[in-house]
Amino acid sequence: MEKFVNTGNKDTRSGFGAGLTELGRTDERVVALCADLTGSLKMNTFAKEHPDRFFQCGIAEADMIDVAAGLSLSGKIPFAGSFANFVTSRVYDQIRQGICYAGTNVKIAASHAGITLGEDGATHQVMEDIGMMRMLPHMTVINPCDYNQTKAATIAAAAWQGPVYLRFGRPSVPNFTPENQKFEIGKALRMTEGRDVSIFATGHLVWEALLAAEELEKKGISAEVIDIHTIKPLDTEAVLASAAKTGAVVTAEEHLIAGGLGELIAGVLSRNTPCPVEIVAVDDLFGQSGTPAALMKQYGLDSEHIVSAALKAVSRKR
Amino acid sequence: MTDINKLTDIASQVRRDILRMVTQAGCGHPGGSMSSTDFITALYFDIMKQSPEGWSRSGKGQDMFILSAGHMSPLLYSVLARSGYFPTSELGTFRHLGSRLQGHPSTEFGLPGVYMPSGSLGQGLSVACGAALGKRLDGEDNTVYVLCGDGESEEGQIWEAAMFAAHHKVDNLIAMTDWNHQQIDGTVDSVIGLGDLESKWKAFGWECICADGHDMKAILDTFAAAKSLSRHGKPVMILFRTVMGKGVDFMEGTNEWHGKAPSPEQCEKALAQIKETLGDY
Repeated sequence: MEKFVNTGNKDTRSGFGAGLTELGRTDERVVALCADLTGSLKMNTFAKEHPDRFFQCGIAEADMIDVAAGLSLSGKIPFAGSFANFVTSRVYDQIRQGICYAGTNVKIAASHAGITLGEDGATHQVMEDIGMMRMLPHMTVINPCDYNQTKAATIAAAAWQGPVYLRFGRPSVPNFTPENQKFEIGKALRMTEGRDVSIFATGHLVWEALLAAEELEKKGISAEVIDIHTIKPLDTEAVLASAAKTGAVVTAEEHLIAGGLGELIAGVLSRNTPCPVEIVAVDDLFGQSGTPAALMKQYGLDSEHIVSAALKAVSRKR
Repeated sequence: MTDINKLTDIASQVRRDILRMVTQAGCGHPGGSMSSTDFITALYFDIMKQSPEGWSRSGKGQDMFILSAGHMSPLLYSVLARSGYFPTSELGTFRHLGSRLQGHPSTEFGLPGVYMPSGSLGQGLSVACGAALGKRLDGEDNTVYVLCGDGESEEGQIWEAAMFAAHHKVDNLIAMTDWNHQQIDGTVDSVIGLGDLESKWKAFGWECICADGHDMKAILDTFAAAKSLSRHGKPVMILFRTVMGKGVDFMEGTNEWHGKAPSPEQCEKALAQIKETLGDY
């Protein structure tokens, strides 16, 4: 089985910051907006290097989204950033009308997504955002898995024509994908090749899925781990091909079951080639305060739960 | 020298267009469309540097108009058609299935002259700020205009944008409020009173002018004053005092006609009061 090496823990938001910094230096069309969380979003370097292209919006996210839409008309490529909760549920209608229906070329930079926002608690932890964003026509939804991939995804988002929701996180997590990788929006990445079960994971759960695959290998089960960094448009071809080969599926995401990757993939499979699907996600609950690691364990978002889900999916095969 | 009579004639035709479109559709929003008719006519036919030739959503090299109060779509469609952005015959498709003239302005079907969709209120001022900043970054000397309703100003985002524009010195922006004092549920004062609107805008760091929104000479003078105030570090707001349903005696000054279409008989009575000047579509 392919082995992945953690080259040192890093936060994915810093990957976004690095990508934005590079874009700032290479593409004059790129502008950035933030709602009083510039440091948290790692947008400081861009703001410092390009004060004319950085717009502090204050704690006024609705305004920020539509200002970004207005800026895009003249050909600018705006990245509008805040915590994921505050650039989704708080401003859903602004995104719907000003970005998606308008088809404006705005990139929403959503940091501190999911439960690993941690100690601030449920008011700040959004686990519904993937569902909300993927329901919107014209929206592209990207949830990269580590620092290197987030940096690459940021650069790819700028080159993509149309609205993008770019989701990343707060905590330091393993960095294991290649530096300066090519990031292809809408193309799933097969991390390990396997025969018995397919594990479709996104975001922070990709690393956990790789750990789970190692555990499963010890139990004699060959797992195929696929990084679904682009949730919309979903690489249905890759999903169907892997599921057809293994006949059992596990999905893993830092999100509610409702509206998430698991439901999405289960839907695709049920309409094409039905097979057992086990979903590793949070079932209809708000989060709570705690360290990111403690919360992942508490809410069942770790390799241990992926292993259990895989065993169950395999056992359900006819 | 601007021909005031000519502008008044165009406004008259625009009001006829609005009434006929809304009546044909059997629904729509004539009240605000007619209260804003005079100054939006002046804007398109005298004030703005705009042209349908080579128009694109980028607004490059043009003054831009953003309609924040999207329910005034009949007004926008009429001035666009009368300016040559699309054939006036298309006005007859308003609100029909497959039409580019959606109930509220849309960019989904490629209608020339429309920069952004609107309808969900309170968003256009922010959009206009962004568009104005884009022009500033590009070194363009064009102006961005935006129209909000007074009822719309109950939306919190209007005041977020007000703070943003003042803070970032967005001074190539001229905003207008259709101050007709009416909204769906009644008078603005009875729904959620706006208080001293002029003082509010000034307190938010804007230049603010009040004017009669139905006196064409006053409208032109006011735009001239607004232009001279612009580009001095502050955004500009014009509060146009207007009458909902202006031009038709039984429609004037009541919220009843905010979002209701006249019956064909009522439309006939209304059209009898408004001169056909450019030929009905």
